[in-house]
Amino acid sequence: MSEQLPPPVQPEATEAPAKPVADPQHSSRTEQVLRDIVGGNAMISVLAVALALLVGAILIAFTDEDVQAASGYFFSRPGDTLQAIWNAASGAYSALFQGSIYNFRRPGFADGIRPLTETLTFATPLIAAGLGVAVSFRTGLFNIGGRGQMLVAAGAAGYVAFALPMPFPLHLIVAVIAGVAAGALWGGIAGLLKARTGAHEVIVTIMLNYIGLYLISYLLRTQGALQAPGSNNPKSPAMLPSAIFPELFGAKYNLHWGFIFAIAATAWVWYLINRSTLGFQFRAVGENPHAARVAGINVKNVYVYAMLISGGLIGLAGVSQVLGTVTTGFSEGIDAGIGFDAITVALLGRSKPVGVFFAGILFGALKAGGYSMQAAQGVPVDIVLVVQSLIVLFIAAPPLVRAIFRLPIPGTMRRARALNPKAMVTR
Amino acid sequence: MKLELRGITKRFGSLVANDHIDLTVEPGEIHCLLGENGAGKSTLMNVLYGLYQADEGQILLGDEVQHFSGPGDAMAAGIGMVHQHFMLIPVFTVAENVMLGHEDTTFGGRLDLAGAREKVREISSRFGFDVDPDALIDDLPVGVQQRVEIIKALSRDAKVLVFDEPTAVLTPQETDELMAIMRQLKQTGTSIVFITHKLREVREVADRITVIRLGKVVGEASPTETNEELASLMVGRAVDLTVDKGPAHPGKAALVVDHLSVVDSRNQIVVNNVSFTVHEGEILAIAGVQGNGQTELVEAIMGLQHKVRGGIELNGHSIRGSVRKTLDAGVGFIPEDRTEDGLVGEFTISENLMLDRYHKPPFVRMGTLQLGYLDEFAREKITEFDIRAQGIGTHVARLSGGNQQKVVLARELSRDLSLFVAAQPTRGLDVGSVEFVHTRIIQTRDAGIPVIVVSTELDEVVALADRIAVMYRGTIVGIVPGDTPREVLGLMMAGEIPRSAESAA
Repeated sequence: MSEQLPPPVQPEATEAPAKPVADPQHSSRTEQVLRDIVGGNAMISVLAVALALLVGAILIAFTDEDVQAASGYFFSRPGDTLQAIWNAASGAYSALFQGSIYNFRRPGFADGIRPLTETLTFATPLIAAGLGVAVSFRTGLFNIGGRGQMLVAAGAAGYVAFALPMPFPLHLIVAVIAGVAAGALWGGIAGLLKARTGAHEVIVTIMLNYIGLYLISYLLRTQGALQAPGSNNPKSPAMLPSAIFPELFGAKYNLHWGFIFAIAATAWVWYLINRSTLGFQFRAVGENPHAARVAGINVKNVYVYAMLISGGLIGLAGVSQVLGTVTTGFSEGIDAGIGFDAITVALLGRSKPVGVFFAGILFGALKAGGYSMQAAQGVPVDIVLVVQSLIVLFIAAPPLVRAIFRLPIPGTMRRARALNPKAMVTR
Repeated sequence: MKLELRGITKRFGSLVANDHIDLTVEPGEIHCLLGENGAGKSTLMNVLYGLYQADEGQILLGDEVQHFSGPGDAMAAGIGMVHQHFMLIPVFTVAENVMLGHEDTTFGGRLDLAGAREKVREISSRFGFDVDPDALIDDLPVGVQQRVEIIKALSRDAKVLVFDEPTAVLTPQETDELMAIMRQLKQTGTSIVFITHKLREVREVADRITVIRLGKVVGEASPTETNEELASLMVGRAVDLTVDKGPAHPGKAALVVDHLSVVDSRNQIVVNNVSFTVHEGEILAIAGVQGNGQTELVEAIMGLQHKVRGGIELNGHSIRGSVRKTLDAGVGFIPEDRTEDGLVGEFTISENLMLDRYHKPPFVRMGTLQLGYLDEFAREKITEFDIRAQGIGTHVARLSGGNQQKVVLARELSRDLSLFVAAQPTRGLDVGSVEFVHTRIIQTRDAGIPVIVVSTELDEVVALADRIAVMYRGTIVGIVPGDTPREVLGLMMAGEIPRSAESAA
């Protein structure tokens, strides 16, 4: 009865196991980038770190004076140069290790292990903020507003901590809640604006960084607000002892209860993303907002919730700074660039909670070890920044890492794209 | 010019898209390339057009070996391509589009628009195209846009023209006109490669037919062979082209759409004052050429359109509001673009099976996903719907189109439905999956559920419908019985109401 075969109208290219991504008209570039980041595998992360350390070693060698001296007579005694390169690189990295994990030059375990606790202290806000950024990534949002969210959270938690005396556990809890809520609010503004007006969250969060910075800066210069009474410095008074995170292993170490909060936050985010119905909606919206909408998910609400949670977690990082690490009063530099480092941490952790946890620890180690590297070997601490930046670079360019290590191109999704002539043309 | 492809092989990783394909197209010949979706037709043509480089094999034009490193080389050598999705810039005029990519300039680098206009006029009068060189592409009907594509190719002196699924977007009448143009081109000595999977068109214009299956040439056929023979060659097994369908037993009116209008984001009225009723236990097919408001009508029913006027009542209750409300009222929905709107590619089969049921038991309790239940459910559905995959944890992006559609079907048909809406349910599917989907749709009808099927394929409409509503430019031209002849439907799809059409509204 039928005269022709009923089926298809579509081009065969998109018919092949295609992700919706294959059509550039329907998914924006940021969506694609986010999917690549979230979809990448752990191997790329590990290799990116390895490559970055290798390139870092080359840079250390180049800037080392002994290497420069030895290379002057390279052709008569090349061994000297190679020896100098080895000394420079291995010296620097062993200093990095001793400054971040275990110091063999100290007698006894209790002293030797101190660098590791320093690493974990540095890692605490990085993990919390990294989790926040990861939640936004998984929902398809770029939360660049870590700085503003941290500052506002630090301001709120700090105010509660120095101005509203309460008995010990209660004071700490109220301060933490105030900080997290302030961070959530700051993130939620961006989410609300995106949901209601379509304003792009990247622009809004960046602008909110400035607003947050100057707001806190103003409050730090205002008596009766955040400024220490009777002081002219833009600095807050010290936190009351009842609101400070207790030390985890006694006064010998700086590591405080904030780290326990970071662990708890990791577990909670894992549950949220992988097991909760809210996280299911986050992921659905992050992977394919069109299908999510057709499935009855209220995409706008999801944007707001995701930014609230993202901001709240980043707020926890701010809280951990003022109530744990710098308890003697804070200034407007309290965020210490963590809001931006968190983006790298989330990238390196592939936006997966456990991945973010370990990426945060790695970055904590780089921070802790960087200073001792400079002290012990005269290697500028900036080299750590270079290594961090290289990690981002290598993660952002998986094809580069794959080409260097000759890894296979992952799965069908890329094949589908290669099959699509439109994608070819637009590239 | 004679075109010859020798032993073309193209691999993507482990997938061999083209496996030693030989193809010869004589001058003045219409050569049909017939094959299912995914058979490798488009890949082959992209190799020919320089978009891909073949891993092995040669392209010969007029007995000379060619090396194309991009479409520019192919065009220069005299190969023109009319893409399925037009490569035109909508805000440019016809002349500007025709000159795009090889703009002639006059003194001082000024564009020679007059020359381009002249060229358009010359070619369009040669073939009787009637295309105004100064018209904006946006304002032209699809059929005319396609002619602009043809003019574009001819303006570059194409000796070999490739038509990639050209009829997918055309009305039956426009298709006939395209066939006439192809014959005309053939008489002027142009070689034509015509890619399609529609057997009727093949038999109408082809001089020779090459059938491709799974990247290989599986045989040549002559246009005199029957549809069944061609179809079985194409899919590699005997194919039953009819759908088993008993008579409908319509019950009470279930869905009542009353004076519904939809305004799109550009403030165009895309659905204009449409009213119809769907009864329990019947299939109402909405036919029409792509882009005549069917998509928006369905989206309005699903709550996906914002600017909607009029009433949508299901069993006496309005279902206007949100998507969630519509779904909760028991409306099952197969969206027309399953990868875009129906599935989350990077989610597993299980996750996709609960995509629109994330908010209540049994899949979710106390805000927590019930993974144990979900796994059990998914395993059951994989068997029931014959979803071919390694397991329930497979990402749906890794599935074939047919299996993806089965996932969508499984999800929607597993709910308690009071209405089932299937938009283009078999688009891009292989023949086997088409049979499966059609059977399922008819089973749904026989279970007493009202069904709406939207399709641009007349055959699908005719195969499934108990009643047919034909849409044209946002209105329903008429609602006719399911056994209305194709010619009548074809005319209705072009906006005419033939006197012979009887109403079934």
